[in-house]
Amino acid sequence: MDISNYLYLSVILFTIGALGVLIRRNAIVIFMCIELMLNASNLALVTFSRIHGNLDGQVASFFTMVVAACEVVVGLAIIVTIYRSRRSASVDDASLLKN
Amino acid sequence: MRTSSHLVYLIALPLFSSALLLLLGRMADKWGHIFATLISASAFGVGISEFMEMHSHTGANRAATQKLFEWISVGNLKVDASLLLDQLSICFVLLITGVGTLIHIYSIAYMDHDKDRRRFFAYLNFFIAAMLLLVLGDSYLNLYVGWEGVGLASYLLIGFWNHNPTYAVAAKKAFIANRIGDVGLSLAIMICFTQFGAVSFDGVKAGASHASPAALTAIGAMLLLAAAGKSAQFPLQSWLGDAMAGPTPVSALIHAATMVTAGVYLITRSNFIFDASSTARILVVTVGVITLLFGAIVGTAKDDIKKALAASTMSQIGYMILATGLGPVGYAFAIMHLLTHGFFKAGMFLGAGSVMHGMDDEINMRKFGGLARLMPITAVTFGLGYLAILGVPPFAGFYSKDKIIETAFNQGGGKGIILGGAALLGAGITAFYMTRVVVLTFAGAKRWKDGSHPHESSVLMWGPMVVLAIGSIASGFLLSAGGALVNWLQPVVNASHAEGGKELMKPLVVSVLALGIVVLGAGYAIIKYRTVPEVAPENVSIFTKIARKDLYQDIFNDVVLVKPGTTLTAGLVATDHNVIDGAVRLVGWLISEVSDVLRKLQNGYVRTYALMMFVGVFIGALILWVVTA
Amino acid sequence: MNLLTLTIVLPLLGVLGLVAVPRENTKAIKLLALASSVVTLISSLLMLTKYKFGVQGFQLVSSHSWFKVFNINYAVGIDGLALVLILLTTVLVPIVVVGGWNEAENGRWSVKTFYMLILILETFMVGVFAATDVFLFYVIFEAMLVPVYFLIGGYGRGERAAAALKFLLYSLFGGLLMLAAVIGLFVLSIKAGHGSFDVTALSHLKISHNTQNWLFLGFFIAFAIKAPLFPFHTWLPGAAKSATPGTSILVLGVLDKVGTYGMIRFCIALFPDAAKTFAPYIIVLSLISIIYGAFLAIGQKDLNSLIAFTSISHFGFIVLGIFAMTSQGLTGATLYMVNHGFSTAALFLVGGWMIERRKSTQVEDFGGLQRITPVMAWSFFIAGMSALALPGLSSFVSEFLVLVGTFTRYPLAAVIGTTGIVLAALYILILVQRTLHGPLQAGNEDTPDLNWREKFALAPVIVALVLLGFYPKPAIHVIDSATSQIMAAAQVTDPTPLAGK
Repeated sequence: MDISNYLYLSVILFTIGALGVLIRRNAIVIFMCIELMLNASNLALVTFSRIHGNLDGQVASFFTMVVAACEVVVGLAIIVTIYRSRRSASVDDASLLKN
Repeated sequence: MRTSSHLVYLIALPLFSSALLLLLGRMADKWGHIFATLISASAFGVGISEFMEMHSHTGANRAATQKLFEWISVGNLKVDASLLLDQLSICFVLLITGVGTLIHIYSIAYMDHDKDRRRFFAYLNFFIAAMLLLVLGDSYLNLYVGWEGVGLASYLLIGFWNHNPTYAVAAKKAFIANRIGDVGLSLAIMICFTQFGAVSFDGVKAGASHASPAALTAIGAMLLLAAAGKSAQFPLQSWLGDAMAGPTPVSALIHAATMVTAGVYLITRSNFIFDASSTARILVVTVGVITLLFGAIVGTAKDDIKKALAASTMSQIGYMILATGLGPVGYAFAIMHLLTHGFFKAGMFLGAGSVMHGMDDEINMRKFGGLARLMPITAVTFGLGYLAILGVPPFAGFYSKDKIIETAFNQGGGKGIILGGAALLGAGITAFYMTRVVVLTFAGAKRWKDGSHPHESSVLMWGPMVVLAIGSIASGFLLSAGGALVNWLQPVVNASHAEGGKELMKPLVVSVLALGIVVLGAGYAIIKYRTVPEVAPENVSIFTKIARKDLYQDIFNDVVLVKPGTTLTAGLVATDHNVIDGAVRLVGWLISEVSDVLRKLQNGYVRTYALMMFVGVFIGALILWVVTA
Repeated sequence: MNLLTLTIVLPLLGVLGLVAVPRENTKAIKLLALASSVVTLISSLLMLTKYKFGVQGFQLVSSHSWFKVFNINYAVGIDGLALVLILLTTVLVPIVVVGGWNEAENGRWSVKTFYMLILILETFMVGVFAATDVFLFYVIFEAMLVPVYFLIGGYGRGERAAAALKFLLYSLFGGLLMLAAVIGLFVLSIKAGHGSFDVTALSHLKISHNTQNWLFLGFFIAFAIKAPLFPFHTWLPGAAKSATPGTSILVLGVLDKVGTYGMIRFCIALFPDAAKTFAPYIIVLSLISIIYGAFLAIGQKDLNSLIAFTSISHFGFIVLGIFAMTSQGLTGATLYMVNHGFSTAALFLVGGWMIERRKSTQVEDFGGLQRITPVMAWSFFIAGMSALALPGLSSFVSEFLVLVGTFTRYPLAAVIGTTGIVLAALYILILVQRTLHGPLQAGNEDTPDLNWREKFALAPVIVALVLLGFYPKPAIHVIDSATSQIMAAAQVTDPTPLAGK
């Protein structure tokens, strides 16, 4: 199988994630879309690692996973807090910066 | 030239006394006036002893110097605080301290009722110190310090009763007119430094022969401007009449005998400049002639006795300025007239003060009349001064004023006729207005209300008047006997080498002419003022009206300087706020407007921010691609 | 420790001490602030005794590496120019503390904060004159804005927040231009072989004329805003109107001198060719400042902004003297900075006391004070006489030197400048007449005269005015050695007298 297909898959996953972030309102869904984008880039990194025949990309993907894990912890905490205070997980409701 | 270590006391004594009286405040109220008078007298004593010392030397050793300390030294500008007492300055020293002491004595009685008498004496002493510095400084810059110092003293004394707004305004006006003159002096100093690299009299004198005529004329013109400011000469004459707001002893000392003659001193001191520039001399005589006629004309229309005398002072100084412009021989006559004028005018002012003292500070001559019987000493001393100013032989003015008229005629040609004629005409008008003053005040029927009780003043007041009256009788003869003053001043003003003016008329002819015109003027006044209405008549000739308005000098200043200045100030204040600060505020406004537009992007929707991020990344990638490709 | 560094640090020690005092104990706070500023004064006077006359270059130098990468040093040192201005600072701060004893009471923040700010400002002011490293100078130049911003914004009156902001923005704008020029200067020094911010090393750089022009402008505009010169002046009247008298004295008396000091130290010494190119234009600006400032002073109704505008006129004289580039002009201008410091201090002190008593800043609300408060009236009068440069008071010497120095090179400019003499008489005498003379205005009846504290604060200022007027030689001596070096560095000489001897 052509190795570039992995890249196409990564681009498709990234695009889906990005569109999700832009279109969806629910904070949880947006959050999951961000995870999708991160994993898409992980896929791309691993693929590049395979193409170049060294381990740099795989190492980088591990870093990404760690960061993503941290992000989940912080992000979910924020979302839950917002939900508690506003009874809603819609990002459009939390527009305090407006005006 | 010898050095003397006593010169500094002349200045230090009154300066110290003035500072002491001001700092001690009310604590010195009891003895301040006595102390100040004694200090002034002791300065006179120092002056006398210096004069004796000078007299005992001959030639170049007559002049004495004293270096106090190095004042300013930057680059090649070196100015020492040092004093110079020569034949010219000693005349002034004796006049200032002598007349000054007499006026101190007079003021003890005159200011008796004023609760601020101590302050008055502190100012008087300060004036004496500043005036002595003016005549003793050995450089233009030292002179300048005294020059502004007397200006300040004059300001303080004119505004002595400054709770009266009119007096405060008069003081301010005097200071500002003087300041305009001071600009002239400071510019003259700057030209001197640029030209000669020196500002001392010696340095400038040494360089004057190498300088270009244009530079010399410029220096001369600037010095003349300075003299005009200080001596109330045309076109800066307008302050002197208002300066009469000050207490009368001040008018006698500062605005008649000493300070206002500083201009004559300045020009005489700078004889080396004026001798080298005929253009500057023409300017000087022009100013002198205009002022001597101007002052005399104004004097004819004044009902205020002090203002009439002030106009007369202006006119008499015009004579002196005229004399200084007549070349080397004129200086000595200018100084002689200055000295005799110091006696008779100070005496008359003190007389006027005595009249006011007896008449509850009334100054309108139309409300006097017939005072000679009640105030005999005042009347007699005033009368002697009157005869002196008219130039009646053998009184002082005869020796000094006739010499000036004669010298003016001797200029020769049309110039001589014009100058001499004007001076002669001035003498006639002088006779008219002085006679008017005497007739209105002392002769005729009484015109005062029954409420006032005119009486002769105390001995403290008439004593000085008597001394000054004796001066008005004798000073002219003493100063001119055997050419005493001319010879005395010769080393300073170099009068000898330019005596060659051709004699147009014999001195006797001039004297007879002058006497004739004086009799005409006086006689006309006597006839005209046989009866005096108590209110100045309205239906008078146009000339009288103009003279009453001081020949429109104030109106002219108001229209040409004050009004445009006020408008300009208001305009600039508005400009500063609207245009310059407006430009700054415009920038601030623009920034806030732009921010207002940009603020709209910050709408608070997370998804909008995310979209922008994507767009930003996309554009960034695009740029990267374009650049690398 | 180096004596100069000690002088810089001493006020900071005072700040540390203030931290320990509880904020309610205002008396202890004031006394500690006073003590700290007096100790600083003593330290600076010791510097004067250590100063060697006639020695080239900087003295009491001290240098420590700060940012090694860019060769930035904490480098300080003084020459005559810096010395007199440091002395001016250290003399004025205790006077401000004593004179404005109660002025911090009505502030937005505590009295403690006020004196901490004053002392921090003193450190910066001494430091800015002492800095011989251009970067250090820049940093302090900007850092000074912070305490002043809070002093005006927190303790002033009227529209104090707006005035403080305007002051800050104006100064920051100038500072940015200067930063660009500082960086440019550093880059040039790298290109020349050895990157450095040392002002002496930089003065030996060979810079092309065109580059000089740009760098000169960067520095000059910053200094012209600080000075302030027409048309960069509009922040000053607002600031003076709103600030407390003490702050005004420090801003106009010392802070603004950083501008004129910088013109000599950097604009002329580092970029002599550009200075010569721009001199005629700057002289025109300074003449406009002289006359414009005077006219606006005449037109002001507010006492504080009137004094501020007289300062704009005086700064015109200072800049005129600097860019005449003659020894009389430069020395006169530097002496003028010192004298103006004292004379403005006197005006603001007495003016401040008058305002404190009358509770009004409007000139028309005063009148007839001479009769009820003679000492205060006399003090104000003397301050005014010094502002109009009366001979015998110190400002005369400097004003005369500036004018005569200008006349030798630009006669016409000096002639125009002399109109300032007459205008000065006008604005001062009109002010004196309206406030002190005339009948007593309603509302002034119970005005008390100066108390002992106030007399005590004012006396040194008046003594300085009189002493420097009669015997300016020591000051001139100190300044002259510095200005002659700067003239030699800039390769300019005095014009010679036209008519030979």
